[in-house]
Amino acid sequence: MQEFIQYFFSGITNGAIYAVIAIGFSMLYNSTELINFAHGEFVMLGSMCMITFFGSMHLPLIPAIILAIVCVTAAGLLFERLAIRTVKNPEHIVLIIITVGASIFLRGLGMLIWGKDAFSIPPFSSHPPLDIHGAKLLSQSIWIILIFLLTTVGLQLFYKKTLTGKAMEANAISKRAAWIVGIPSRLMVTLAFGLSATMGAVAGVIIAPVTMCSYDMGTMIGLKGFCAAMLGGLGSLWGALIGGFLLGILEAFGVGFVSSGLKDATAFLLLLFILYVRPGGIISSADVKRF
Amino acid sequence: MMTTHAYRPLMWIISLVVACLIFVSPALAESGKPTYKIGGIFAVTGPASFLGDPEKNSLKLAVEQINKAGGIDGHMLEAVIYDTEGDPSKTVMGVSKLINKDQVIAIIGPSLTPTTLAVVPMIQKAKIPFISCAAGNKIVQPVDPWVFKTAQSDIMAVATIYDHLKSKNVKKISIITVANAFGESGKEQLLAQAPTYGLTVIQSETFGAKDTDMTAQITKIRQEKPEAIVCWGTNPGPAVLAKNIQQLGLDIPLYQSHGVASPKFIELAGSAADGIMLPTGKILIASLLPDSDTDKKVLTGYIADYEAKFKSPVSGFGGYAYDAMNILATAMKGSNGDKEKIRAGIENVKGHVGVSGVFNFSPTDHNGLGQDAFVMVKIVNGKWELLK
Amino acid sequence: MTRDRIPYAVFTLIVAAAGWYTDNPYYLQTLTFIGINTLLALGLNMLMGYAGQISLGHAAFYGIGAYGTAILTVHWHVSPWLALPGAVAAAMLVACIVGIPTLKLSGYYLGMGTLGFGMIVNILFREWSSVTGGASGFVGIPSLELGPISFSSTKNYFYLVWGFVIFSFILCHRIINSRVGRALRAIHDGEKAAAAVGVDTAKLKLQVFILSAAFSALAGFLYAHMVFFISPESFDFIASIRIVTMVVIGGMASVWGSLIGASLLTLLPEWLHAFSEFEMVVYGLILMIIMIFLPKGLTRGLLDMFERARKNK
Repeated sequence: MQEFIQYFFSGITNGAIYAVIAIGFSMLYNSTELINFAHGEFVMLGSMCMITFFGSMHLPLIPAIILAIVCVTAAGLLFERLAIRTVKNPEHIVLIIITVGASIFLRGLGMLIWGKDAFSIPPFSSHPPLDIHGAKLLSQSIWIILIFLLTTVGLQLFYKKTLTGKAMEANAISKRAAWIVGIPSRLMVTLAFGLSATMGAVAGVIIAPVTMCSYDMGTMIGLKGFCAAMLGGLGSLWGALIGGFLLGILEAFGVGFVSSGLKDATAFLLLLFILYVRPGGIISSADVKRF
Repeated sequence: MMTTHAYRPLMWIISLVVACLIFVSPALAESGKPTYKIGGIFAVTGPASFLGDPEKNSLKLAVEQINKAGGIDGHMLEAVIYDTEGDPSKTVMGVSKLINKDQVIAIIGPSLTPTTLAVVPMIQKAKIPFISCAAGNKIVQPVDPWVFKTAQSDIMAVATIYDHLKSKNVKKISIITVANAFGESGKEQLLAQAPTYGLTVIQSETFGAKDTDMTAQITKIRQEKPEAIVCWGTNPGPAVLAKNIQQLGLDIPLYQSHGVASPKFIELAGSAADGIMLPTGKILIASLLPDSDTDKKVLTGYIADYEAKFKSPVSGFGGYAYDAMNILATAMKGSNGDKEKIRAGIENVKGHVGVSGVFNFSPTDHNGLGQDAFVMVKIVNGKWELLK
Repeated sequence: MTRDRIPYAVFTLIVAAAGWYTDNPYYLQTLTFIGINTLLALGLNMLMGYAGQISLGHAAFYGIGAYGTAILTVHWHVSPWLALPGAVAAAMLVACIVGIPTLKLSGYYLGMGTLGFGMIVNILFREWSSVTGGASGFVGIPSLELGPISFSSTKNYFYLVWGFVIFSFILCHRIINSRVGRALRAIHDGEKAAAAVGVDTAKLKLQVFILSAAFSALAGFLYAHMVFFISPESFDFIASIRIVTMVVIGGMASVWGSLIGASLLTLLPEWLHAFSEFEMVVYGLILMIIMIFLPKGLTRGLLDMFERARKNK
């Protein structure tokens, strides 16, 4: 029982991280039908900014977090303006290769700025771990889940209660119809890019204390987030949540009950299985277009 | 107006191509005395850059020192260094370039076991002295006339840890290794040598090099109640493991490999590093060595020179390339650039005091290090302490 | 028909001349790598460019070809020339088994499905160490011999690889200009419409998938017997993405595009060595700039520019 709970804790901690990254993927997909392969690099930027602001400059926690998120969001907006909007008559696959190029570029930039070494920062607070039936819930895990909940509730409120959020959602449902009622679709796309980068930054900020951060950390974690988004169903907020947690928990139990060497294989096998059974992810959204 | 628009992308392309061509054109050859060209090939970027970067710097440092002392028999040295990114195909291309285009007379590197094994067939064909900086034992066993290595083998590292475990009367251990070539080679040795020391490996787990959380693996280990845990990996994974073990409140002695033997590990693991024991070359504890130790002068000299030149703290890994260059220099004396003479010369290097230990090469031993190259250290309050 | 063949004849001559003229093994080896990458790009281009199906896991087939021949020749002592059909057949079989359920997916979900498959195969290469040598890699793959000709010479290997490339070019050319090729383009433009006019889309997609797996496995075979060593990281997710990038940068639905894309992505890192620390930044920038200014790939983009320039005169 104790082990079971411990695996579960490990699963939801990783799951919350995957979910935040998956939301970033999903949100962008909703507005642009684009998968951003540089998303993992935004996570990396978030972590590394946190290292700089919180770790080296010793800013207080909250300003450091805000500053890190603002920086990465700005980078996301810049990327959209310089690399995505300049393409005329874009095909999806072309934009995707641009994001692949961007991911290499950002990784190189990260290496130039922060060097090749890994860094770590202390947890946000130094409470002893919570003890539940002998299983330990780490203080940073509580922070991760808390920030994750805040983010999702915030997003939900933004989409349902604010005019901008509603406009974004309308734009995601039908660009044309939204345009007819006067929603500036280009601005909505920019906004989606910015928000998606924000999500990446949030993920980067919350994992900075649990893991070791280096310029090349983004690829693998971005990939996991992408899997989570696909697993749940692209374009759906709830899908991203379910996908993220499912992937995290699967991995943890994969380690516990199968083998740690095959944990990724277990997760991917199940993913293939789910895709075969439900070809649109767990929460199937509208038909996903081809490349 | 129309035409300028149509041409704009073309201009971009042309300027790009021109830029590429400029960089392709070989660097202007220096006139004067004939120089010896030494090839260096390291994982300067990519996941193994913690090895490749100090190795590149150390090679440069060694070459500079040798040239300052008048070169080898009056010949100056020139290092040509390429990056492998830890990728076997890139390494093959790089070594091919070194042999065929730059026409080097010896090659130092690569940093990793797979990339080394990938180029060994080319070395055999080209018949060129080759000193690898990778740890894997497969590189020099079986011995190939042209292939040498300066990094300590896993065999010795495992033996050093197991010696220590035996002295503590430990019987049951769990091992956890990183899922790459370094971890796999360590796992192989850990499993193979355990019976000799009366140890039983009751459990063997792995973790991914980029894993962010290892509590699941630790939970599994906790169930088995081993007397000690041996972790085999390179930064940052083992630091995550150490942190997680501390957070879960596990009270089992943790041993790490020489793969984390750098100040970076203590920085990453923070207070979780306390109490961890690991085997390392003497470089980490150079200042703790008694003045009578033969290695001390070489070590402190290397550390001072490295830190002065590159303004960054030294790690034990750069020493592999530094030793390789100095051993090569010894072998090159009087060889007049003849590759066979250099090769035979390396086999005759005896008692060379290097950063990683004392090298005694022979036609059957192409690594040259004994087990005395390793010492056990313990981390106490963020400082290295020599055990026993 | 004969006019069709002229480019291929010219190309064969160019290859022969390049082989005859180049003596430095380094340049020959670079050109050989381009040939291997061209095979990879060509295989994926058939799938992506002509049939409109994405695959983010093609390095798996590349790996199956390489590990297939390694296992057959080293463990089972089979002659490499028998291992070639063996390895290719293995890749085709796997493609068939995986393709049947996966190709029902479309768009990003197909991308995800193939990506997952690629990851699983890569983990197998790494974890099944008793057979594949694990993460440390597989050593001791023999060199190819054919009677008195030894392909351990760089020049002979160059001719061998480019012989396969030219053969594949002609094969692809014939497929594209056949009934099958037209049906493929119909699928690319609209799967439902293609089905409505009587194209068996599921079967055709599967066939192309298997064909492209076969090309990748052939490339894997050639890679293994060139380097004599293979390890899992040559066939990982990043390798798959690199193949996709070659196809798109070169130009989709173009045989020559595969050649150009493969050449660029093989040569670029070699050229960029001079930038040392800045290499990654410059490499990423070049990829982005090419795609931003030539979204149809280098082949089509340069041709378009050429034509526009002529018209404007």
